[in-house]
Amino acid sequence: MTLHEIRKLLDAEVLIGEDQLGMEVNTAFVADLMSDVLAFATAGSLLITGLTNPQVVRTADVLDIAAIIMGRGKRPSQETFQLAEEVNIPILTTKYILFEIAGRLYARGIRGCIEKVGSK
Amino acid sequence: MDLESIVKALNLKVRSGEDKLKAEIRGGYTGDLLSDVMANSNEGDVWITRQVHQNIVAVASLKEHAGIILVHGSEPAKDTLEKAVKGGVPIMVSDLPGFEVIGRLYALMNKTG
Amino acid sequence: MGGNFDNAGEVSSNIKTVLKQIGLPKDVIRKAALVAYESEINIVSYARKGMIRLRVVPDSIMIEAIDEGQGIPDIEQAMQPGFSTANQKIREMGFGAGMGLCNIKSFSDVFHISSEVGKGTHLRMIIRASSAVLNS
Repeated sequence: MTLHEIRKLLDAEVLIGEDQLGMEVNTAFVADLMSDVLAFATAGSLLITGLTNPQVVRTADVLDIAAIIMGRGKRPSQETFQLAEEVNIPILTTKYILFEIAGRLYARGIRGCIEKVGSK
Repeated sequence: MDLESIVKALNLKVRSGEDKLKAEIRGGYTGDLLSDVMANSNEGDVWITRQVHQNIVAVASLKEHAGIILVHGSEPAKDTLEKAVKGGVPIMVSDLPGFEVIGRLYALMNKTG
Repeated sequence: MGGNFDNAGEVSSNIKTVLKQIGLPKDVIRKAALVAYESEINIVSYARKGMIRLRVVPDSIMIEAIDEGQGIPDIEQAMQPGFSTANQKIREMGFGAGMGLCNIKSFSDVFHISSEVGKGTHLRMIIRASSAVLNS
């Protein structure tokens, strides 16, 4: 799926990365624990989270995450926004809860970025 | 749809609350921040999380969740399990990442309504 | 940098940039950035001050995290997945779930930790460029 299609599917607002909506993604990771993301998420995946602090962007940057989707209508803090602009990571925000976001994306063919623990 | 059919379909392992698996599921919620789950989840939700701390049992019973699914091969901490057994809160575990568990669950729930 | 969450991760981003310029394999850079980042979060969360040192030799990267702080009384316990002394603030940042040191260890080829209560903690990690290339 492209970020463009994802925006439509989730009725999301693109806060950063309007110019990167053509980007194609196939995998995703959902979590509020950044250490979890660091341990398991793979490069090029979507990061779906309810956190909005700058550490979300740092974590995404460290892992070469494709884009961040903030659920529950959460919006990035000022610092988060600036940092994301700096490192050029798209941020989308949607009112849907994380469960709904993951469910919809899965139904459209997006898969978890690892099959099982230990298989990365 | 009840917990039992989810346990079967997703091949979950049940760690506590075996007698509560007939509970009807009304929805799903995922989150690892207890304050968020307290504020936004609903009664009858099945809660998918990575938190294994004993406070998850308190949150699940206060919010009257149908049960908790721990993902990523995580297991409830010792005191978490004790509390869950005592409080009759179903805790189930999966080796799959949260995204996969949610995706499959969501598909099941939409199929059966 | 102890206690200051605003810039946590900046050092790791810099490390990542430097390693990219050197032209190391992506997988190696990712591991190094991750290890540095979790170390940085630990320093910000638990120490008064600290530093991250990066050394690159042809076949490996060494990262050291040295802090002045409370130290770790029981290292074995601290290394257990899920063990944490984190406060609410740290948890709200998405850390403090007792995985930091485990992550650091599992993404390093060599991991060494020493700590003195009341003085501080010293982590030394080596990431081999060659093994990562072979495995990827």
